[in-house]
Amino acid sequence: MSIKVKIVSPEKVLFAHDADMAVMPGTEGDIAAMPDHAPLMLTLRGGVVDIYEGDVVTHRFFVAGGFADIAPSHCTILADRATKLEDLSVDDAEARLAGLEKSYEDADKMNVSALDILMGKMQSARAEIEAAQSAIPGMSL
Amino acid sequence: MASLKDLRARIGSVKSTRKITSAMKMVAAAKLRRAETRAAAARPYADAMRRMLAEVARSVAGEGGQPALLTGTGQDKVHLVVPMSSDRGLAGAFNSNINRTTRNLVLKLQAEGKTVKILPVGRKTYDFLSRDFSDLIIDHRHLAAGKEIPFSAAAELGEQISSLLEKGEFDVCTLVYNQFRNVMTQTPTEMQLIPLALPENDNADSAQVAAYEFEPDEGTLLSSLLPRNLQVQLYATMLETAAGENGARMTAMDNATRNAGKAIDRLTLKYNRTRQTNITNELIEIISGAQAV
Repeated sequence: MSIKVKIVSPEKVLFAHDADMAVMPGTEGDIAAMPDHAPLMLTLRGGVVDIYEGDVVTHRFFVAGGFADIAPSHCTILADRATKLEDLSVDDAEARLAGLEKSYEDADKMNVSALDILMGKMQSARAEIEAAQSAIPGMSL
Repeated sequence: MASLKDLRARIGSVKSTRKITSAMKMVAAAKLRRAETRAAAARPYADAMRRMLAEVARSVAGEGGQPALLTGTGQDKVHLVVPMSSDRGLAGAFNSNINRTTRNLVLKLQAEGKTVKILPVGRKTYDFLSRDFSDLIIDHRHLAAGKEIPFSAAAELGEQISSLLEKGEFDVCTLVYNQFRNVMTQTPTEMQLIPLALPENDNADSAQVAAYEFEPDEGTLLSSLLPRNLQVQLYATMLETAAGENGARMTAMDNATRNAGKAIDRLTLKYNRTRQTNITNELIEIISGAQAV
């Protein structure tokens, strides 16, 4: 028994394969999609999606926020941006985080919704740095 | 009557024109293939997005206080028109179709007493519209379809439109773009972006299984899906424009190459006739000179 897992970014399909379980970072906590999961739609925060076959992680992707559609037989992850973990670059993410922190300093502190969006982006950049570091051999925790 | 030298020069120039148009045709064909691949690669995301949106919208249908991106502002006074053309010409009627459709739409809306604002995407339509409607244009963008269009281009445009809506700058947003039917045919199409025409719910799962649950609640999910959906729709039309532009250019250049070939045939015939006439004339002169001696 397995589910069809699909990870798509706006530009292309990154992964489409049967798997036993997919663990994804929901905005309100990590969620695992398994066969016969109750239908659920959720928003994602920046983080790592783990694809399991049996007890082994076969694929790891970093997603920078997005949505997921979980149903008994399939699980579709709509990522704003998705990268294989080994293709991430710590430097890129750190540069992006620095830029975001600066625009957070400069941002209008009364504009709550804009601050929320910036906070979300900063969280995603931090998660990306962490994910990129964990992908480098010898630096994993 | 043109001299032989003039004719030779003209044949030479038409020949080099034919070389250029046939090279452009081949370049357009290669770019078209790439653009089509990219458009096909972007479709799964758009499809999945549409299904999710339909599902969420269905579950909140009838509730009040829905986002303006879905329902509009409730008014119909200020229209934002977003025409989308290519940046470069030499693509047959591809861009002028967009220009004409946009112009008619703007004039029609104005005749109905609406206020119109224009946000052109693509240099060709901006150049055209800035002549007639320069006071209506609020901003403009290039498409950069020569290179690969990144999703971020659509994301920026989508964010700009969303923030204009938030500020109450317009009530209804219409996109004018060339729908890609096939390589030969692109149809100028008006598509209403805001208020959103809700897609059909064709999610096979929703009929079979129990109702979806949402996390966070439907409202939050809907308000983060909608801006994304706008960007995805814009991205899809940008890719269609890029594909259509190259399709139209390929067809136009194919015609031009064929016309150049015909012109060369005509000119060559004329050149040979002239050459023969000249020889005959010279012979007559020589013979009549010999008889006179």
